[in-house]
Amino acid sequence: MTSDALWFVGRGSGVISLVLLTVVVALGIGARSGRTPFDLPRFAVNLLHRNAALTAIVFLAAHIISLLIDPLAPITIFDAIFPFSSTYRPFWQGLGTLGMELMAAILLTTLFRHRLGARGWRAVHWLAYLCWPVALAHGLGTGSDNNTWWLWAITMICLAAVAAAVFWRVSPRFDPPRRRVAVRPFEEVR
Amino acid sequence: MRLHIDRTACDGRGLCAELLPELLESDEWGFPMARGSSGVPEELTRAARRAVDRCPKLAFHLAPGS
Repeated sequence: MTSDALWFVGRGSGVISLVLLTVVVALGIGARSGRTPFDLPRFAVNLLHRNAALTAIVFLAAHIISLLIDPLAPITIFDAIFPFSSTYRPFWQGLGTLGMELMAAILLTTLFRHRLGARGWRAVHWLAYLCWPVALAHGLGTGSDNNTWWLWAITMICLAAVAAAVFWRVSPRFDPPRRRVAVRPFEEVR
Repeated sequence: MRLHIDRTACDGRGLCAELLPELLESDEWGFPMARGSSGVPEELTRAARRAVDRCPKLAFHLAPGS
């Protein structure tokens, strides 16, 4: 019974984490260059991006921990650290480990972004474009529910959401923000 | 504390003026301008720190002094 609960938590938290990551990535793409969809306040989009990301990390932690302690899930701590080393579906499970490590890099550089500087932080933040497809593929590839219609439906909706954000961002109707001309270094606000 | 904006890094995203309307307004290009002096009153220090934390270009700072 206990291991059944762990198994349900493990699968469910993985799916919730993927859905939240999709929201994070879609908002991130949508808010690039300072424009926000539907004329939402920028701070609201920014905070939703951050809070959804932090919540996704909590669910990811639940996903990993529950499957590690579930005696029936053939995952070891070694598999959760070194990608593609698992004996159980090494490629598809390895994508999960890789995605988790990319997320850890994005989280840590964001926490220390004021020390790191905007350029370095942004460079690592771009790994999100690798992390999200890796997570999506891991869900469908390893997911024990990949023979169910609902996991396919959720995956397709996630894909459509990010595709819509990219489409909106590159569409000719996207009004590029004005570029600044003058540069006034380190000045107090007046 | 005083508001300090690195004008080379600022891109006029406008989050700071949204979060700190008591002290900042946006100019016609969306870049932040102080309403009056750049000093931060005690009761707005927390709000100012939050606005600093949300700047997507890391261009907004609080400097000591009044």
